Amino acid sequence: MSAAPDIAPRRAGFSPGRLGAMVLRYLYLLRSSWPRALELLYWPAIQMVLWGFTSQFLMTNSSYVARAGGVLLAAVMLWDVMFRGQLGVSISFLEELWSRNLGHLFVSPLRPYEWVLSLLTMSLVRVIIGVVPAALLAIPLYHYSIFTLGLPLLAFFTLLLVMGWGLGLVIGALLLRHGLGAESLAWLAVFLLAPASAVYYPVSVLPAWLQYLAWTLPSAHVFEGMRAVMFEQRFPLDHFLAAVALDGVYLVIGTIVFLMAFRQARERGALLQMGE
Amino acid sequence: MSHPVIQVNAVTKRFGETLAVDAVDFAVPRGATTALLGGNGAGKTTTLSMLLGLLLPTAGRIRIFGEDMLRHRYRVLPRMNFSSPYVDLPHRLTVRQNLTVYGRLYGLPRLGERIERLARDLQIDEFLDRQTGKLSAGQKTRVALAKALINEPELLLLDEPTASLDPDTGDWVRGYLETYQRRSHATVLLASHNMNEVERLCSDVMMMRKGRIVDRGSPRELIERYGRDTLEQVFLDIARSGERFDPREAAQ
Repeated sequence: MSAAPDIAPRRAGFSPGRLGAMVLRYLYLLRSSWPRALELLYWPAIQMVLWGFTSQFLMTNSSYVARAGGVLLAAVMLWDVMFRGQLGVSISFLEELWSRNLGHLFVSPLRPYEWVLSLLTMSLVRVIIGVVPAALLAIPLYHYSIFTLGLPLLAFFTLLLVMGWGLGLVIGALLLRHGLGAESLAWLAVFLLAPASAVYYPVSVLPAWLQYLAWTLPSAHVFEGMRAVMFEQRFPLDHFLAAVALDGVYLVIGTIVFLMAFRQARERGALLQMGE
Repeated sequence: MSHPVIQVNAVTKRFGETLAVDAVDFAVPRGATTALLGGNGAGKTTTLSMLLGLLLPTAGRIRIFGEDMLRHRYRVLPRMNFSSPYVDLPHRLTVRQNLTVYGRLYGLPRLGERIERLARDLQIDEFLDRQTGKLSAGQKTRVALAKALINEPELLLLDEPTASLDPDTGDWVRGYLETYQRRSHATVLLASHNMNEVERLCSDVMMMRKGRIVDRGSPRELIERYGRDTLEQVFLDIARSGERFDPREAAQ
């Protein structure tokens, strides 16, 4: 008996409709729980308030901060872009594990890369919801607007967001490999990079060996760039280009690692079993 | 006989040292309702998972609607669907939201109307706007069935569709599946260890044991072959037979 020569509908390729369906799925989730939506705003606002007072104190006691008021506030808000960017990918991913939904998703025509794109889209949404209100709050509270950075702010925001995506995808791969046992990585992993990212101090402060590591991180280039804009009123093209190149590498590695982990999950049968 | 909707050739699945499915061959014709019957660990769910493309076989070939599932699964997936009590729908989304998301994943037109119709048919319209996680087991099963039928699949794979349901709800679900199959002429493959369900729904039964299909026939044929009164007795004969399975020996 030979197999049926059916004419299967050719629906290969990327579908904006499926991407939209997954984004809608995460938006429904966000809308279903006001504490979750509030949590998005809460930590960036608290961080901003704490560092705002710290900055006010240091303005009169530190020549470094006095050179450019708001340098710490800008740093904390931009760091949050990267952290929330990574967390945005990881949390949406974890939602599927918590709800044991992967089995249903991947018997539908959804492609893994469409799912990845929906995770990245939701990460952007979550970052905007979290960071923009904190930035706006800093204006009346501390008379500092991060928006005065102008166009470089857009560059820094994008570069840090993309780095967060790359990290988020690698963490997603680890979750696919190790299941919910690796859940805490979603909250902790990014802080491993914080010292070498030189968020609040120049890279030159770091020991020589750590400086080598720092220059492999897009974030270190971004924060050096931010300080150059604020202290020297110049946009450092060298740091910008280095961060763009490194971001490309991080995102490609993150995507490859994630898709490989997805294939391995199909080999192990993890898509059906994974969950709480 | 028409061309098979499912064609499985020498499909094997190993998990490390464990051989879960051992060089299985079978075909399922269009419009048939076929059961994969076997005890725990017989390889039913593993076989279904490979048919769905959720699990990659170690060896062998699976063709569905004539397409190689390993290479062209996305040509086939829009035409099939699946339901299992062991794979949840997102709890915090309402029933309507879940069906909307899945309807959009399948790119279905006039989705609102389709959801309303399906909700009426499956009697879930009363709780369309309730969170899925707050439903009873029977309600969840009907919602899972609505999700599995949202794209009006030509091939429906069911893993223990009435597990953990009370007899009344189980009977209702079986009745609905019968109606759907008659109306749509869909091909249905279900894994189960509920003999009544299999006898009622299926014209064809594949008996699995230790990763192999050890016998096959209609419920009546199997009962006669083993000289038994019920399919359950046949199941027990096969499940309790020795390491090397021989249907004649089991029948004696």
